[in-house]
Amino acid sequence: MTEIFGIPISAFLSQLLLGLVNGSFYAMLSLGLAVIFGMLNIINFAHGALYMMGAFLAWMGLEYLGINYWFMLVLAPLLVGLLGVLIERLLLQWLYKLDHIYGLLLTLGITLVIEGVFRSFYGVSGQPYAVPEALQGATRLGFMILPNYRAWVVVASITVCLAVWALVEKTSLGAKLRAGTENPKLVQAFGINVPLMVTLTYAGGVALAAFAGVLAAPILQVSALMGSNLIIVVFAVVVIGGMGSIFGSILTGLGLGVIEGLTKVFYPEASSTVVFVVMALVLLVRPAGLFGKER
Amino acid sequence: MHNKNPVLGYAVLFIAIALLPALGVYPIFVMKVLCFALFACAFNLLIGYTGLLSFGHAAFLGTAAYGAGHALKVWGLPAPLGLVFGALAAGGVGLVFGLLAIRRAGIYFSMITLALSQMLFFVFLQAPFTGGEDGLQSVPRGSFFGLNLENDLTLYYVVLAIFIGAFWLIYRTVHSPFGQVLTSIRENEARATSLGYDVDRFKLLAFVLSATLAGLAGATKTLVLGFATLTDALWTTSGAVILMTLVGGMGTLVGPMVGALIIIALENKIGDLGKLLADATGIGWFNGLGESVSLVTGLIFIFCVLAFRRGVVGEALALWDKLYAKRGA
Repeated sequence: MTEIFGIPISAFLSQLLLGLVNGSFYAMLSLGLAVIFGMLNIINFAHGALYMMGAFLAWMGLEYLGINYWFMLVLAPLLVGLLGVLIERLLLQWLYKLDHIYGLLLTLGITLVIEGVFRSFYGVSGQPYAVPEALQGATRLGFMILPNYRAWVVVASITVCLAVWALVEKTSLGAKLRAGTENPKLVQAFGINVPLMVTLTYAGGVALAAFAGVLAAPILQVSALMGSNLIIVVFAVVVIGGMGSIFGSILTGLGLGVIEGLTKVFYPEASSTVVFVVMALVLLVRPAGLFGKER
Repeated sequence: MHNKNPVLGYAVLFIAIALLPALGVYPIFVMKVLCFALFACAFNLLIGYTGLLSFGHAAFLGTAAYGAGHALKVWGLPAPLGLVFGALAAGGVGLVFGLLAIRRAGIYFSMITLALSQMLFFVFLQAPFTGGEDGLQSVPRGSFFGLNLENDLTLYYVVLAIFIGAFWLIYRTVHSPFGQVLTSIRENEARATSLGYDVDRFKLLAFVLSATLAGLAGATKTLVLGFATLTDALWTTSGAVILMTLVGGMGTLVGPMVGALIIIALENKIGDLGKLLADATGIGWFNGLGESVSLVTGLIFIFCVLAFRRGVVGEALALWDKLYAKRGA
């Protein structure tokens, strides 16, 4: 069998794929965080909890109503997006004039409430969710065995990330969004409904998190705490990449997932800390982040 | 009280705390509150007086809790040395975290401290000396300069003395020229820089001081409760200390103490409260309230951020000022 640094190449490649899967979740979540921060000036701590909700909705849909994976892949982001509209209209909109920290603290409160509700009904143990039939099994590629579902997750996430990138960078709606990020007052003076745009940005960002959650449901155990563990890593990803560029968020997310996956191969003890170590190194060398600009 | 003679007010407060066991209040509970009050006061030194929101203070509490526990249990050091070792270990971690985190300002600072403390959490999870999921159990109290700490009441007065000492240090810091520079950084960092202050050095000093004092709180907590667990270093503990300070009043000296009392009492009593609500409303779900404390703390967070940003003490002071201004004019 072929080996790379004393490790069978098939094991190496399967960890690499697992890293890419995690990296796609990092990419989707950090992308949403960056877009929301650009428009609302709020770091959305609740992003992890809403990702967890996406996964839970997928599970609940199947468990209680028999709605399959593919419908939930659309329905869960819509529902979470609606919840996002409520959160933004009822709570967040009162904070825009205050210090950034209050946005973080309020969304932390929202996180604790959402997690508390799910914990009170389902505890903290994970609920299994079966891989949808069409994606079960694996494909033999000769040099490795490719689990179909994982391949699907990577392809779907990268497609969605690129779609968001195209939406923001290449359409007229995106142009308005970017202008709103730079100077909301001026954009409003041009007759564009900025508050509506802010609401939709938040809803879109959290819907993206929910989409990631549904994708994650068959891979990770669906549990009330799956979000808060993830969001802290995503914060580190955001610090590493900087929130200046969408493309930067996607690349940083995927890259860190791969680094994490490779660490699992070569030095498993460090796999849970490696992202934070990379963050510390980046802070020493390039404090603004790889794609960030000081401001 | 906050204009006239603060020393007198504090003296009354501390004498009242000293008398609590005589009134039948459970000493361990008060000691636990005092530890978290010190933790919150140390945290407040950053958020309230320097304008830095650290989201990683559990790292310092946890480091010192494990450090002191290890020193007392494995090395068999006497209690004072164990406490000092714990606090200094936390200060050392604070120096490393501070050097990294102050490279970014604002919200990034919070995210970096959170991420670094999560890293330390995973280190504690895997390191052999922390006992993993079980934590460090049955740490002996030993003696404090000849006083036998196995007696709860003796320990009570030692803990109170430690608290008063640390509180005095914070009081002096806030009212010193150093503290004034910190406040000016909070108010307008660019201006402090333009006046010639090395802002990063002041921030780092404040950070290390806050970490060390948070460490003293963690070390004392291990001494009181006899164990150190992973919860001490978990991010939710960082969230709890933020909440204590927010509820009590950021930027006030007494606020974090009040906040710690409210939150600890709530955590202890929430199960009973749930049962009471379940009986009153007939909704069985409330019985599980004790299992999901986070739901209630989350609601308090939301309420405080939206409508109660000055906290209990902040609101009280504002009210006092209003009345005083009316009578004075």
